Amino acid sequence: MSNPQELRYSKEHEWLSGAEDGVSTVGITEHAANALGDVVYVQLPEVGAAVTAGETCGELESTKSVSDLYSPVTGEITEINQDVVDDPALVNTAPFEGGWLFKVRVTDEPKDLLSAAEYAEFSGS
Amino acid sequence: MSSNASVEPRRTALDALHRSLGATMTDFAGWDMPLRYGSERDEHLAVRTRAGLFDLSHMGEITVSGPQAAALLDFALVGNIGGVKTGRARYTMICRADGGILDDLIVYRLADTEYMVVANASNAQVVLDALTERAAGFDAEVRDDRDAYALLAVQGPESPGILKSLTDADLDGLKYYAGLPGTVAGVPALIARTGYTGEDGFELFVAPADAEKLWQALTDAGAAAGLAPCGLSCRDTLRLEAGMPLYGHELSTSLTPFDAGLGRVVKFEKEGDFVGREALSAAAARAESQPPRVLVGLIAEGRRVPRAGYPVVAGGKVIGEVTSGAPSPTLARPIAMAYVDAEHAAPGTTGVGVDIRGSHEPYEVVALPFYKRRK
Repeated sequence: MSNPQELRYSKEHEWLSGAEDGVSTVGITEHAANALGDVVYVQLPEVGAAVTAGETCGELESTKSVSDLYSPVTGEITEINQDVVDDPALVNTAPFEGGWLFKVRVTDEPKDLLSAAEYAEFSGS
Repeated sequence: MSSNASVEPRRTALDALHRSLGATMTDFAGWDMPLRYGSERDEHLAVRTRAGLFDLSHMGEITVSGPQAAALLDFALVGNIGGVKTGRARYTMICRADGGILDDLIVYRLADTEYMVVANASNAQVVLDALTERAAGFDAEVRDDRDAYALLAVQGPESPGILKSLTDADLDGLKYYAGLPGTVAGVPALIARTGYTGEDGFELFVAPADAEKLWQALTDAGAAAGLAPCGLSCRDTLRLEAGMPLYGHELSTSLTPFDAGLGRVVKFEKEGDFVGREALSAAAARAESQPPRVLVGLIAEGRRVPRAGYPVVAGGKVIGEVTSGAPSPTLARPIAMAYVDAEHAAPGTTGVGVDIRGSHEPYEVVALPFYKRRK
């Protein structure tokens, strides 16, 4: 599997896009989606909610388990992906594309986010 | 990590094959087993609509033989095992003297004086020890045959056709819960019409050395019919939809068969004493006078999945506990099995919910099973 070069990654297996007008897109990696198995329910933060880097802001439920969703950055939620709420399987089929989770206006970004190569080494993917 | 992560897991004869298929592996009762090969939902639906192929070699086979094999099993188990005809199988249980369930079992009568007892992987040693201990004074031998067998299962509506193309055995004459020795794809096998999916299907007990050859032959024979390799994840959702109990979830040593709604497996009418008879008589009487919690089905109105151990609530009070829960691919809703107080157990009972990590989600109480195949 390949992790897109232009993204940055957290050790909780979220990806973060570059900012457009200060807003970044967040999702989970293909490696994380594969580890979860079929995702059946996605609970996302509300638009306007404040999220903090490294803290939980939602959950992902799969056939076998419930996993917390962490925000890779600190900021304010500007948009959530209603498509993925309606069809959680998008997380499995297109984790880096149609399965994105939320957009966030970033006020603070941790220094220890990983590059694609570093994440590949970290996750063995 | 599991607590026995330091112990090297046991691998089945098909281990290399699972890895070559890209299976996600998981520790199950000390065995490294395929959890899924791709999408567990797709595997589930393959079994419901076409056919699925499973490696179940972790199951515990125990051979009981000798002139008093039947008498021993009648004493050791709660069922009427002497009454099973040669070539037939029986679902039964082994209980402690206090009536608690040690395991649920399938017992195959292979010959007049030979039976095969199949225990759950997690209980195989417990069952083996109990049978060995209970065999004292009987002219019968209890043999651990876990390493003598690999077990493959073909389950789903297409499974009879797939198997027919590989064997001369009389499959049409093989009733549900029957087993006969035969040859499949040139491999000697015990062919049993049993399963844990709610579908028609077969379980094939073979020598481990023949397992890969048989798996490959079944894969090739099933290709046109859409047979898919299937892991333990979909096995769990299939059995849950079929309302079948899983030891450690719906069954445990703290429950008697009467508490589990399976009192029918206890055959008091059989002759002679059996382990647990007295305690189970008392449990049966208790169940008559004070109905215990009832195992029911729950269907979610929302999309959050109940999990084992979650409280079942009504009117703000805890009235039961979820034993198994999963998203149901067939119903496209989360489902669960739960033990609930008898007054809330009738199908259609309103006002029942599950406490899902702090929020009470509404659920519909239904009779089990959730899914029944058309015969």
